[in-house]
Amino acid sequence: MNEKAVIAKRVAQLLHDGDVVNLGIGLPTMVANYIPEGMDITFQSENGFLGLGPAPEQGKEDCELVNAGGIPSSIVPGGMFFDSATSFGIIRGGHVDATVLGAMEVDEKGNLANWKIPGKMVPGMGGAMDLVVGANTVIIAMVHTQKGKPKILKQCTLPLTAKEQVNIIVTEMALMRVTDKGLVLEELGPEATVEDVIAATEAKLIISPNLKRFGLDE
Amino acid sequence: MINKIISINEAIEKVQDNMTIMVGGFLANGSPESLIDALVASNVKNLTLICNDTGFPDKGVGKMVVSKQFKKIIASHVGTNPETANQMNSGTTEVCLTPQGTLAEKIRCGGNGLGGFYTPTGIGTEAEEGKEKKIINGKEYIFEMPLRADVALLKASVVDKKGNMVFNKTTKNFNPIMATAADLVIVEAEKIVEVGEINPEHVMCSGIFVDYIVGGGK
Repeated sequence: MNEKAVIAKRVAQLLHDGDVVNLGIGLPTMVANYIPEGMDITFQSENGFLGLGPAPEQGKEDCELVNAGGIPSSIVPGGMFFDSATSFGIIRGGHVDATVLGAMEVDEKGNLANWKIPGKMVPGMGGAMDLVVGANTVIIAMVHTQKGKPKILKQCTLPLTAKEQVNIIVTEMALMRVTDKGLVLEELGPEATVEDVIAATEAKLIISPNLKRFGLDE
Repeated sequence: MINKIISINEAIEKVQDNMTIMVGGFLANGSPESLIDALVASNVKNLTLICNDTGFPDKGVGKMVVSKQFKKIIASHVGTNPETANQMNSGTTEVCLTPQGTLAEKIRCGGNGLGGFYTPTGIGTEAEEGKEKKIINGKEYIFEMPLRADVALLKASVVDKKGNMVFNKTTKNFNPIMATAADLVIVEAEKIVEVGEINPEHVMCSGIFVDYIVGGGK
């Protein structure tokens, strides 16, 4: 399994039967491919529907049914379309159990930066600021470092998307949880050692006494 | 019955230099492409745009960005249109990035007679700069003002001659909320039908908000 598949699969295992989940663009979208059998997850798409389904077969795309990245998508039975105010009412109102997003930087206090690199790239926050504040559990799914440079920091340097909202960080190397005491290393990826994770992380890590490896075969 | 159906040329004459316009659509899904094309040809300029995003250089409201018709853009995301970034960086266009849920709710307030709202979105980020903050039940909120426009340009799938609208799938997005929040509302219809042909149970936005209907929607 490649590193992105490892991350997506571990994140999928964090979800619960019956959850309403919003997946961000890119790697987080892959989480949908690894939902354990028998688990019923309703995916929310912030452009305006519940019941986001798999990508349509080639040739069967519907240009009036797109996901939040503007890509042709599908809706499953039991889904519903709505306008943008309703969509964000669902998000801010605490009706989304979990959101999975990527990050440029995340820090040990649970601060997240993923919308702006001043002077270089200012795409905008889109729905990310609302999702991170509104969803009950915020999961960051990302490759552990950016070309070898740590992305999990003591303190974010880029403009924040949200303050102290991140709960769990999953990378190919580790699963870490943000707690009152700091960032706790709870699990190691298939090939990582504690030393590897510490070396690739700027934030101070508290090693869980129950440290284990991802149970990807479970 | 008042005849609301006008030609594209008559419609775009309602949009004049220095006006504020709202344009429906999410990454150009549900955008009034025929009206946008006619506005590009009209050379109307110094407009303020309120739209979820700036589409693409060749699709949606992004075509008007390329033809440099905006002095100010209020949007949640501009990353899919490099021309917006060019104009932002060169200082020719002011870009005001707003969290998507906040943008939707500002428009909803503008159309619903409300003086604004308190949202937790953006606390601890650049989005809170210069805004009143308040603690309600122990949680911190930012005060956001309502937003209105001179003209709203919408896209609907089916419109009856009174202006009652149906939006297919994810083309709904900002269209029905913008219908309530502008002094003049023009809807581009893919299909125009007689009054009564749309079951009242299926009308998604009332014709009372609509001033003019333009046929020929793509």
